[in-house]
Amino acid sequence: MIRKLVAAALGTALGVSALAAGTAQAADPQFIPSLVYRTGPYAPNGIPLANGFADYFAMLNARDGGIGGVPLLVEECDTAYNNDRGVECYERLKNKGPTGAAVFNPYSTGITYALIERATADKIPIVSMGYGRADASDGRVFPYVFTLPATYWAQADAMVTYIAGEEGGFDELAGKTIALVYHDSAYGKEPIATLEALAERHDFTFETFPVAHPGLEQRSTWLTIGRRLRPDWVLMWGWGVMNSTAIKEAAAVGYPMDRFIGVWWSGAEQDVQPAGADAVGYKSGTFHGAGADFPVHRDIFTYVYDRGQGATERELVGEVLYNRAMINAVLVSEAIRTAQAVYGERPLTGEEVRWGLENLNLTQEKIDDLGLAGLLSPIGLSCADHEGGGQLRIQQWDGEKWSFVSDWIEPNRDGFLRTMYEGSAAQYAAEKGIAPRDCAN
Amino acid sequence: MFYREAGQFKTSYAADQAIFPILQDRIFVAFLLLVAFVVVPVVANEYWLSTILLPFLVFSLAAVGLNLLTGYCGQLSLGTGGFMACGAFAAYKLSTGFPELNIVVVMLASGVITALVGVLFGLPSLRIKGFYLAVATLAAQFFLLWLFNKFAWFTNYSPSGVISAPPRAVFGDFFVTGPQATPAGKYLFALTLVALLALAAKNMVRCRVGRSWMAIRDMDIAAEIIGIRPLTAKLSAFAVSSFYIGVAGAMWAFVYTGSVEALAFQIDRSFQILFMIIIGGLGSILGSFLGAAFITLLPIFLSNAPNIFGLSISVDTVSHFEFMIFGALIVFFLIVEPHGLARLWQIAKEKLRLWPFPY
Repeated sequence: MIRKLVAAALGTALGVSALAAGTAQAADPQFIPSLVYRTGPYAPNGIPLANGFADYFAMLNARDGGIGGVPLLVEECDTAYNNDRGVECYERLKNKGPTGAAVFNPYSTGITYALIERATADKIPIVSMGYGRADASDGRVFPYVFTLPATYWAQADAMVTYIAGEEGGFDELAGKTIALVYHDSAYGKEPIATLEALAERHDFTFETFPVAHPGLEQRSTWLTIGRRLRPDWVLMWGWGVMNSTAIKEAAAVGYPMDRFIGVWWSGAEQDVQPAGADAVGYKSGTFHGAGADFPVHRDIFTYVYDRGQGATERELVGEVLYNRAMINAVLVSEAIRTAQAVYGERPLTGEEVRWGLENLNLTQEKIDDLGLAGLLSPIGLSCADHEGGGQLRIQQWDGEKWSFVSDWIEPNRDGFLRTMYEGSAAQYAAEKGIAPRDCAN
Repeated sequence: MFYREAGQFKTSYAADQAIFPILQDRIFVAFLLLVAFVVVPVVANEYWLSTILLPFLVFSLAAVGLNLLTGYCGQLSLGTGGFMACGAFAAYKLSTGFPELNIVVVMLASGVITALVGVLFGLPSLRIKGFYLAVATLAAQFFLLWLFNKFAWFTNYSPSGVISAPPRAVFGDFFVTGPQATPAGKYLFALTLVALLALAAKNMVRCRVGRSWMAIRDMDIAAEIIGIRPLTAKLSAFAVSSFYIGVAGAMWAFVYTGSVEALAFQIDRSFQILFMIIIGGLGSILGSFLGAAFITLLPIFLSNAPNIFGLSISVDTVSHFEFMIFGALIVFFLIVEPHGLARLWQIAKEKLRLWPFPY
């Protein structure tokens, strides 16, 4: 019996490896690792992210045969949003493919923190798109970390700009109260310093309300907010189940939804749908649009879903988080394309892809060509600026879908955020003994 | 046949009381140390060193620490995560506040600081026992994490509350933290520290202190009657255990991950280490290592297994299978040998002595 089982197992293994060998492409592929969390406490958010990332590269492979004729090989590794497993996945994937990993997208602030030093030593760029360390926007201190298109600090600043617009100008902010409900972790604490600085500048009162992980217990927080403090606006830095809980609790104390704004990680279908009708009117920040009516989605449907190779179901394409990861894939592939123009059309190393990221310039024209018109604002990076000047919008949930309620907002970077990035990065450099590189030449 | 001690006579008390009284054991351990110190750093690649062996060493040390308290002294503790965090943040404050301090001194000093904190939280153990003590130590877990989260002084006012290890060398250019450190260097540093501390623990449990812990564990009233002071015995167990766990926490933050936030030491971490000593064997130093190996290495092996065998299964299926197989194996081992893997090892040794002629 055992002998039979062993034989069967061996047979299967041989068969499968033969199959794998048969499907391997003739050309050397570009290896792109994908850290995902299809399991674990944040899987409801992780699954659409993983799908959007996978589908865009599948579409490029099917439509163009990869980038510049170099096929893309994407391999997923499940981190379950766990920092230790994230590091393990990084070490497992970093040397795969002919030239090693092109770029890592951890989708977790904790994993980003854990990888910064390792990736810098290994010369592999990290794209922490809308999460991670805000001060990594200073490319002189963090040569291998990218925060495009915007950081949490930029988000906090844009939110206050939006609030000022609604209130009738920055002068009207004086005497107002803005509360922040945040996930009590590295992620949730990111905007505090920015909001404190803004509170001082515009003379509004700023109150913070930490929520312990995972965020299911918020009743006392919202009783304080809704009954005692009664702030004019509430901002939220939440994630996962914390978001829908907060919306329900806010509705329970009668806090007006249209004065409640979440960060972009608190503004997906997964966050509002569990709250049902309570969530109607809730707002969130974002740096891209929602929906599947953009030209890029047509290509994804034609080349991936019509062939039955989609990562998810057709109806789920175009969800907020799906689009976010898809845009991440666009940024990565455009960086590779930019680098290929210099280094040639072959699989690139992490260092070469970093050059591509630093010289990435997505103009409005380019965005239209990629089929992303209206989805994204123009971005241009440089050696010193790893954020790229992305703009932000505020979206609102109407019970069915997300739609924009503001125009593109330009965060106040020059002279404010940039100074804060540089100050924080300089402190990091001093602590770590890093000599910032010279970006003048 | 091979594992026979016939003809090995002890002519002195020292020889009789040695940690490894049998020649074959001494050869085996010497061989193991040789492999660990010389062969592994040369042969193992970066993936093995920095994501498999380093966490294994750190967890082993934490498990040794908890085993001293729970396995040897019988005081059930759920504060391990909090004490690890204490070690990590103490090491961070010491190394950033006094940059000239050697990293070895920083590690040991953060252990001493954690020991003091441990004694403080061990005070209730004089009045509370068993499961009630476990609940009391939960206070340490939640209070310490809250403390590090709440007061920005512990993180040098970092806006995100994440601490990140500054580059430090043991001597000259031999960096063990920061970007200049090689995986092999980190591994050797961790291995040396763990080996020395494990040796110290092994000797401690065989001397008067360890015997008084075990007496308290087996029956505290009887121990008191024969002249063991519960105050010193229990608090010394808390101090020594917290010292080990604190050093493990400092190593976690400095040598293994390099940057850490208080969330990394949540209650899950305490349970994880408690499960290590339960599966490995309560009251056994070897068991701490076996348990740490089981809990850290098995999930990584399971998630890599489909790749090794060339099967292409989607990552979420792999993760689900990993949980199921891991859970089933825990149940299996606890049914087969409730006293842990260390007891299994002992049984295997006894069988080997008789092999191939069992009677």
